[in-house]
Formats: sequence, C-alpha cells, structure tokens
Amino acid sequence: MAETITLEVARYRPEQEMEPTFQQFEVPFRKDWVVLDALNYVKDKLDTSLSYRWSCRMGVCGSCGMMVNDEPKLTCATFLSDYMPGPVRVEPLRNFPVVRDLVIAMTDFMAKLQRVKPWLIREQEKPLSEGEYLQTPEQLDVYKQFSMCINCLICYAACPVYGLDPHFLGPAAIALAQRYNRDSRDQGSQERLDILSQHDGIWGCTFVGECTKVCPKHVDPAGAIQQYKLEATKEWFKSFLLPWGAK
Amino acid sequence: MNQTPAYTTHHPRWYRTRVSTYWWSRKWAYFRFIVRELTSIAVAYFVVLTLMQIHALRQGAEAYAEFQEWLRRPFLITLNAISLFFVLYHAITWFNLAPKAIAARFRGKRIPDVLITASNYGAWLAVSAGLVWLLSGG
Repeated sequence: MAETITLEVARYRPEQEMEPTFQQFEVPFRKDWVVLDALNYVKDKLDTSLSYRWSCRMGVCGSCGMMVNDEPKLTCATFLSDYMPGPVRVEPLRNFPVVRDLVIAMTDFMAKLQRVKPWLIREQEKPLSEGEYLQTPEQLDVYKQFSMCINCLICYAACPVYGLDPHFLGPAAIALAQRYNRDSRDQGSQERLDILSQHDGIWGCTFVGECTKVCPKHVDPAGAIQQYKLEATKEWFKSFLLPWGAK
Repeated sequence: MNQTPAYTTHHPRWYRTRVSTYWWSRKWAYFRFIVRELTSIAVAYFVVLTLMQIHALRQGAEAYAEFQEWLRRPFLITLNAISLFFVLYHAITWFNLAPKAIAARFRGKRIPDVLITASNYGAWLAVSAGLVWLLSGG
C-alpha cells in the first residue's frame, strides 16, 4: 500500500458552526508534494467544499500563506516530507479574521498598504519627451530586497504586536514604504514619514524579529523598520535642532 | 443545511481569535524576546543604583562609606550579580541586533553585519578600557 500522511485541516463554515473545528484527511504521501498539493488532493478527491486561496504554486503570488503546524508558511513551498510521519496541521493565517475554512480577510492590510503610498511620488513629473527615470545597478541594489515582498501576510501572522494591536501598520506595509523611500526616483519620503512615524507606525514595533525569520522572500521587514526608526529619529533631531532647515 | 444562513456575501460572519495573555510561552523565539524585554528592568535598576551612589558621594565621605557598607550586604551582592548577568544579556543581544538597524554602505556595497557587530564590541572595549584607566588613577 502506498504511503499516506494525515492532514488536520481547520474548517470554519459560518452557516454551520460558531467556531473552527478540525477535520482529518488521509492523503497520499509523495516526496515532491507540498502542503498545497495535499490540499488540492483533498479538494479534488475527498471534500470539494474545502475553501482556501492559491494561484501560482511557485512562491510568487503570495496567496497560499497558512499556518502549518503552528508556523506561518507559504504552503506551495512547504514540503510534506519535512513533516513525516505527520500529522500536518493546517490552519488559516493567525492574527486575521477567518472568512471560511483557510481563507482570511485581508481588507485591513490592503487599507494599510494604501496608507503608506507604495508608489513613486514625484514633486514634478518630467515630460515624456525627456525619457525614463534612469537608475544605476547600485541605486537598484539599495531597495531591491524590500521590493521582493509578495504581500503574502506571513509576517503579520508571525508578529505578536499586530496580534495584540490591530492598529499597528505591520511589517510588510512598512517594508514596502521603505522600498519606495529608498528608490532614487522617489521624492515622497517626507509624505510617508508623517504616516510611518506615528505611534501605530514604526514605533509600534518592539523588534521581536519574527517577521524577518518567517519571510519566504527574505525581505527583512524587521530590518526595514529598525532602519527607519533611526532615520525618523535623525529627521526629528534635525527639525528640533535646526528649525530653519525643516522641510 | 441551515435554512437561515448567517453567512451571506454582504454580511460575512468572520471568526476572530483573541491573542492569549500567554502568547509568549508558545514559541521559544517569543519567550526569548520577552526575557530580553524584562532585562530592561535590570538596566533601569543599575541606573537608579548609580544615581544613589552619586547622591551619596555628594553627601560627603561619611555618607559614601555608609553607602559602600550597605552595598556589601549579601542580599545586595546577590541582587547585583543577578542584575549584572541580565544587563550583560541585554547588552550582548543589543550588539547582535545592531546590524539590523544599520544599513551602512561603503562604495556601493552594504557593510557586512559582522563588521557592524564587531565595531560595537570594539567601542564597548575601548570605553571600558578608558574607564579602567581613569579609575586606576590615570
């Protein structure tokens, strides 16, 4: 008989139950299968009512983030073989409201992301005829790491501050703000500073550092936040000591 | 199926979990973080102790001798030894975290973390050596 592994999947069907329960599924074990493959097997063969998000299955779209044995993971990059002999417990990402089964509501993050203005801000756009904004490889290197973020929200699930205080802007939103602040073509850092330097922004972070450890794209949001704390402090001293130099 | 479903497109009934008060006990990394936060109390304690020492010094030689006598109590020696351990833990973890906050670049390349940590330890050693030199009478 072929080898199998037990999957314990959190189910929440708001029309049936008041709180999530666990359902066990026996799925075939294959060396090259990730947790997402096992969920797809359940959906195809065992229970078509299971709800979860996924799209690219290659670590780019950021849809399939879930808790796997209590750790936030991209399920498309988490191999079943690492959890043998099982069972593997799959739950929706922590710190977010659950809509259904493994699907979380990400509305809060979307609003926060928009607040930090993650786009290039120019004081004055140059006319098209003058061509594109050029950038050297060194200038790209300054922000490239932060631009790797795929909005999978795994860092939010690992962040106890966000769990305790949902107003906290959170790791990914701040890292993405830094991605634009560091961009040589951007001129909007002052606008973002006003949003990021609030209590709910960078100062909410207590530097637990878990966001960086769990990030599947090695973005280092904890680093982005601490670096920004230094920059914001410098800005504050500048405006305090040199009021005439304030922007 | 329930005839009056509470779940519709426009009124989803989301399930929200509450974070447990003991969230830090669930994971080793969280626990380490809380311990580090608590070591700040030892740092604050040493600040208060130093202020008390300066105050005693200002009161004159007799008061200072009295203060030193007070410090020799076994209870305070134990307390200070434990606090010193926590302060060292705090300082060492601080130095190890420092490279995260400093993204210094040299000739277009980011300075490696090890160098930043090493320079922090170097500064610590230099200040300590300076203090020893000062205390041993210059």
